[in-house]
Amino acid sequence: MTNRLTIAHVFPALLGTYGDAGNVSVLRYRAEVRGIRVSIVDVLPGDPVPATADLYVIGGGEDAQEMRATELLRADSGLSMAVHRGAPVLAVCAGMQILGEWFTDGSDSRVAGLGLLDLRTDRRSVRAVGDVIADTTGVLDLPTLIGFENHRGATSLGADARPLARVLHGIGNGAAEPVEGALQGSVIGTYLHGPVLALNPALADYLLTQVVGDLAPMDDVRAEEFRANRFQRARA
Amino acid sequence: MTGRMIQRIAPDALAQLSAGRSTVLVSGTNGKSTTTAMIVAALGGAVATNTTGANMPGGVIEAYSRSRARVAVMEVDELYVPAIGASTLPEIFVALNLSRDQMDRMHEVGSVARRWSGYLDGSEVHVIANATDPNIVAAVGTRSATWVDPGWAWRQDSVVCPRCTEVLMWESARWSCVCGLRQPVADYTVEGDVVHTLHGGSLRLELSLPGAVNLGNAAFAIAVAQRRGVDSDLAARRISAIDDVEGRYGTIQVGGRTARTLLAKNPAGWASLLPMLADDDVLIVSINADEVDGLDTSWLWDVPFEELAGRTVGAHGVHRSDVALRLEVAGALPVVDADIHRLAGRLPQGPCVIAATYGSFETLRGRR
Repeated sequence: MTNRLTIAHVFPALLGTYGDAGNVSVLRYRAEVRGIRVSIVDVLPGDPVPATADLYVIGGGEDAQEMRATELLRADSGLSMAVHRGAPVLAVCAGMQILGEWFTDGSDSRVAGLGLLDLRTDRRSVRAVGDVIADTTGVLDLPTLIGFENHRGATSLGADARPLARVLHGIGNGAAEPVEGALQGSVIGTYLHGPVLALNPALADYLLTQVVGDLAPMDDVRAEEFRANRFQRARA
Repeated sequence: MTGRMIQRIAPDALAQLSAGRSTVLVSGTNGKSTTTAMIVAALGGAVATNTTGANMPGGVIEAYSRSRARVAVMEVDELYVPAIGASTLPEIFVALNLSRDQMDRMHEVGSVARRWSGYLDGSEVHVIANATDPNIVAAVGTRSATWVDPGWAWRQDSVVCPRCTEVLMWESARWSCVCGLRQPVADYTVEGDVVHTLHGGSLRLELSLPGAVNLGNAAFAIAVAQRRGVDSDLAARRISAIDDVEGRYGTIQVGGRTARTLLAKNPAGWASLLPMLADDDVLIVSINADEVDGLDTSWLWDVPFEELAGRTVGAHGVHRSDVALRLEVAGALPVVDADIHRLAGRLPQGPCVIAATYGSFETLRGRR
């Protein structure tokens, strides 16, 4: 087990509209409680993405910001190098779409993504907005995922990407299969906000474990109350 | 009769009721109610206005129906600016600011700005707008406008140019883009507690309402008053006398102590509220997330609660557990309780401040 961790927060200024910066706050908090020293690199638009960080977090954003982030990432090799050496990545919503093969923009033309996830995203006619409950059994075998989706993507997975979870409530990827997110090697994609790691501390610990090894248990009373409150609403 | 009932009987009620009156519409993510109240005060005399924050068509119709005043000042929900603007043909439109809020209802800042732009393109209205907010400036476009620099800016939703998506450049607190969109020269500028007005005038404001954000709101109200021919000194005195807006800056009794109430419903609102807290203030964060507040509470993680690290803070409302985790991760010490009175009793000594989302606020004030 290592006691240091560097998190690259990729373009929070562009991809941070939906509170997804909270994923980085949660990772830092849960690592620090375990005595791990955390440094966070907020990658600004125009700055290079570091290739040597331990963990990468990318959030969701609006259409114009998503386009700009895609352009910048396509001109930068940092993230691809990190993925090829197996660094864990969490990509939420627009972040997941950007990491795919392509997505369609507001005028229905295809925009090439980074090709780090075997998925393609068309545009839904109706926006998917609301609570999502999803089951990771057989994939990561974590406690049931819960989060809030707010997107217009219809994301279909290719053979190299596995669904992160099976949708029990809500829309999720919104293509044919009722599945949520994607898992391919060390990259996790999801449509869930909340932030997803605040509502699903086991997923946060899964990511941390990839870098630092086994983690000591911690008091999760507040996170459990947050989850219970949200499950209650989603199931009402 | 309620506005909705009137609307059902007469679908063109809004156009009919507003015809022949001079209307000022006020919209933006934050400051609508306070700025509307300031404009009403600054203009003086009889004014039709929607004082209960009922800012969708039903509420606006009802406000017109209850007053024969020749002048109307209405706050308008951001999404209803085109519809209400097209019906009321306002003389002045006040565009305060646009930032992330109720993402599950509004969706995106950029799409709200585009709706405004579409409305303004086909309208004769005179615009009084925020020069520091790129989304507002892009929505106003090339038409002539009265520009206000309210003395503060929320930048998290203005990283890229709303017109071309290049990253905006900020230099000595002014922004510009390579595409040519840039911060217009302001006609009204707030510096400290002074508002510099048209033609080199300046007014020192002694507002009863707290916070830098209200000095900015006052500058918009003074701009409207001057446009309508009201003396700016008189307008400033009238605005300064306002000490409460629908209870938003009032007090309530909780658990045997007096608590100031403040409305804060999105990251930009919170960013302007946190600096107003004194070191010994004891804060309660009260968050509901029903339809009036938006269902998604993810935005709590965009609020810089880290500024409260080390302080004991109350968590209340339907989403008190969301707040508690957010506060804990921010390094604050949350105390959680469903009962506001019991919660107030469990918190340390000191002046109590309750900051609440809209739904929560109305519940605390006993109005819902």
